[in-house]
Amino acid sequence: MENLLALDNIWLALILKVGLLLIFFLVVPLVVGYEEHKVLAHMQDRYGPMEAIWHGVGQLPADGIKFLQKEDILPSAADKWVFALAPGVALVPAIVVLAVVPLGPGVWGENLDAGIFFALAVSSVNVIGVLMAGWSSANKFSLMGGIREAAQLIAYELPLVLAAAAVVLQAGTMSLVGIVQAQAEFTVAGIPMWYFLPQAGGLLLFYVASLAELNRPPFDMPIADSEIIFGHMTEYTGLRYAFFMLAEYAGMVVLSAITATLFLGGWYILPGVPPPEIDVLFIPGSVVAGLIGFGVVFGKVAALCFGMIWFRATFPRLREDQLQRMSWLVLIPLAILQVVVVAILKVFPVGV
Amino acid sequence: MPTLPKLGLLKGLGLTLKTMMTPATTQAYPHVKPDLPPRTRGVIALMDENCTVCMLCAKECPDWCIYIDSQKETVPLEGGRTRTRNILDRFAIDFALCMYCGICIEVCPFDALFWSPEFEYSTYSIRELTHEKEQLRQWMDTVPAPVELEIGAEPPSEVAAGLTAARKKAEQQAQQLAATSQTADGSTTDAASAGGEESGEEEIHVEAQVDEERYDELIADGVPERVARAKAKAHYVRSERKRIRAERAGGESA
Amino acid sequence: MTETGVRSAQIPGGGQPSDGVRATDTMTPGQGTGVLPGPPGESMLVEVRGEQELSTQDMTLNIGPQHPATHGVLRVVVDLDGERITNATPVIGYMHRGFEKLAEARDYRQIIALVNRHDWLSAFCNEVGVALAVERMLELEVPERAQWIRTLMCEWNRILNHLMFVGSFGLELGAITPVFFAFREREDIQHLMESATGGRLHFTYCRVGGLKEDLPRGFLAASAQMVPNIRVRVEEYRDLLLGNEIFIGRTKGVGVLPPDVALDYGVSGPTLHAAGVPEDSRVTEPYLKYGELDVRVPIGENGDSFDRFMVLLDRIDASLDIIEQVLDHVPSGPVSLKMPKVVKAPEGEIYIRTENPLGQGGYYLVSDGRKTPWRMKMRTPSFNNVSMLPYLLQGALLSDMIAILGSVFFVVGDVDR
Repeated sequence: MENLLALDNIWLALILKVGLLLIFFLVVPLVVGYEEHKVLAHMQDRYGPMEAIWHGVGQLPADGIKFLQKEDILPSAADKWVFALAPGVALVPAIVVLAVVPLGPGVWGENLDAGIFFALAVSSVNVIGVLMAGWSSANKFSLMGGIREAAQLIAYELPLVLAAAAVVLQAGTMSLVGIVQAQAEFTVAGIPMWYFLPQAGGLLLFYVASLAELNRPPFDMPIADSEIIFGHMTEYTGLRYAFFMLAEYAGMVVLSAITATLFLGGWYILPGVPPPEIDVLFIPGSVVAGLIGFGVVFGKVAALCFGMIWFRATFPRLREDQLQRMSWLVLIPLAILQVVVVAILKVFPVGV
Repeated sequence: MPTLPKLGLLKGLGLTLKTMMTPATTQAYPHVKPDLPPRTRGVIALMDENCTVCMLCAKECPDWCIYIDSQKETVPLEGGRTRTRNILDRFAIDFALCMYCGICIEVCPFDALFWSPEFEYSTYSIRELTHEKEQLRQWMDTVPAPVELEIGAEPPSEVAAGLTAARKKAEQQAQQLAATSQTADGSTTDAASAGGEESGEEEIHVEAQVDEERYDELIADGVPERVARAKAKAHYVRSERKRIRAERAGGESA
Repeated sequence: MTETGVRSAQIPGGGQPSDGVRATDTMTPGQGTGVLPGPPGESMLVEVRGEQELSTQDMTLNIGPQHPATHGVLRVVVDLDGERITNATPVIGYMHRGFEKLAEARDYRQIIALVNRHDWLSAFCNEVGVALAVERMLELEVPERAQWIRTLMCEWNRILNHLMFVGSFGLELGAITPVFFAFREREDIQHLMESATGGRLHFTYCRVGGLKEDLPRGFLAASAQMVPNIRVRVEEYRDLLLGNEIFIGRTKGVGVLPPDVALDYGVSGPTLHAAGVPEDSRVTEPYLKYGELDVRVPIGENGDSFDRFMVLLDRIDASLDIIEQVLDHVPSGPVSLKMPKVVKAPEGEIYIRTENPLGQGGYYLVSDGRKTPWRMKMRTPSFNNVSMLPYLLQGALLSDMIAILGSVFFVVGDVDR
């Protein structure tokens, strides 16, 4: 499949790709954030933001502007450079991962052959960002939050990676675009199907592990706001704090996009139904298909984020040791089991 | 939690989804005003015409947040008598101190203070939270009527007194009607009905004056002047009414 | 600070952090860290004792006085070994307002207006205590209607109190939804109470000799209508929290309180009932009309946080049953005795025990015949509940501390008065 943005002039293509990625990165987390405000509110029998512009759509941009004008506080005991760089280290990996995630037919930054490997490797860099924030804040609560976070992220990397490995095994390629195309050709008893049916366990594992990677409830012990105020983010104000929040929502979007790519067929509207390539006025068919595919991916991302918000509204927090126990004793064995089952099915195809 | 989750988690998820589907119960204040019951303690209103500056409210307030200034004024009456009365100079309630307990309204013997459900009087400066007499008088426009009491409650004393008086008057009218229906004479019906009207005590209006004899008696007994004057006036009114009733009754029988 | 056999290391990042490291000058090995803050510029000293093993010093952490989890301004100084608590000391007094001294300069009606502010979640039950104390000293016979309505209001107040703790317990554990549902129920009940008393939190409705005024038309019918609605909602809380496996995992076996220890500390109310002791002043020394009603006292088995929460929900059901019984019984008649303008209690002293929603509350009233008391001492249930924290928090994890703090029901205004 051809990248839509692969223009002849590589500099123009680069600027266009980076520009569109940045716009996506800055706009879509705000939309997901608005979804969170409203869905959470209605689940709690209230309205959520209603005053900003119309029904609260301007709430998150207004919050961003508010954060811009806040005082930039640096604790005097804090390690200045580590403290200042930590939000960047947490935020940048999310943007970088977005470069390989396909958002529609032909809509991606770069189709790396080691796409999923690259994505998972880069997204684990934010552990360092969290540790930097927790340590350099010179605050006991932040330190505890940072240490809890590091333990949690390391523990939940494995189910994430193993569930992705099962998909890679079934698709036969590590490139994310290739995985989507493999799902397009995959059939179960003659009916085209995505990977969520044979790998339902893998989908659940990947989803739960991504909740833990993002510190979303029920795995938000590191930022448990009733115990350690806000964990590693306690001492951050203003734009630095906005970066951390943006990193969280961007992480939600990116990991949901990866989940949609791995298990839910990427940009395909239904199993076996690709976005149609119709010429609308002066826009060529491939671009139209790209836009429709982008809409489909965005819809799947919104649905997965709805699930994350639903879990946040309903469940209390897991304690640290319960969290670790669940990962090491429950999720990792299940993930290994999933890989083994997929491997067996690959060698002895049954009902494919 | 080394076991797989069971049904409890799903029940919780179902409940939050169901709540999301039903409309929210939030009242979008300030676009929607809350429907407050009439007894709500919002702000205190003052009817300064009723106030006699007895200072009971200021004394009973647990926070001492009522500030009252008054002066005495002597009003001359005919006959060289004088009457003093209190004039309310300043009546201020400091709502920054007020506990909204309602003791001042409860103890006022002259029904000058009332509760009102108004609550939107926040200001930018604490000094403006001290409401003076004029503003307190304006709150009177927002005071609702007293609420009807629950079934089985004792009616309030004012209502009870009015009811007994009305009942007595109805009984007397019924008696009069029965008396006149028994008399065969048709010409006395008018007089009887007229007499029936005038026999009530409250119909005879007598201008109160001080009965000199009674007054001197009371002063000689050592009663204070103000009290003696009041008692002498009451004595005068009572004896006048008796005299008029006797005259009318005598006029009838004659 | 160096001593023989002790090597110290300086960890960079010293200074004056916000709520972080505290080091004192007077540290000696074997002594716990002090509570007093050290001067700015001190960094965290790690004392390594002995040659065999590297033992790190316990970290002293201040939970509070401003903290989202403590119900008010309670400060708990914990010594942490990693995540495990070795020692916990509650520091109270941040909300002391001098109630008992204020009471010596106020007459009884003003005291009733003040006293519904120390345990602000159960305002009416506090007022009833004071009124009963004075009435018993004067040997007044309060009219029947007043006593029944007082019982009704006490039970509604109990439900208000327990709903608040149901919501906040979930909030501290991370379940952010039940608190909104609980407050929705509280709004409905508070609207009902406002129609009768005029206030939503501080009612000032009870008076010596009865009540301030009678109920408005339709109050009893509205009460009867609200009871089944709340029953349905309590079932929802059971679904949302009590059956939730994560919640069970967080609270079962956490903060176990044996009954004998609870009685030693003077704990009362739902905290004691969860430990298995059915001690309830409404049953043992009935006041108001509890003697004529069927008062159910739910008890738990283990005394852990889960049982305390379960007892709380069961108590809401039990209070709803009591309200239904009361609604059948309210007679007609006056709602207050004809009291003199100034109420003076005769010389003497009296101690009144009431069952406040948080536990057993007591008022010790010493009067010398004037219109203000000579001494009014309040025995508040939260004080004893909080005194139990060092025992409960010993050896708990930091996350368990939150579960324990949320499940031991106290209101800081009640602790400090």
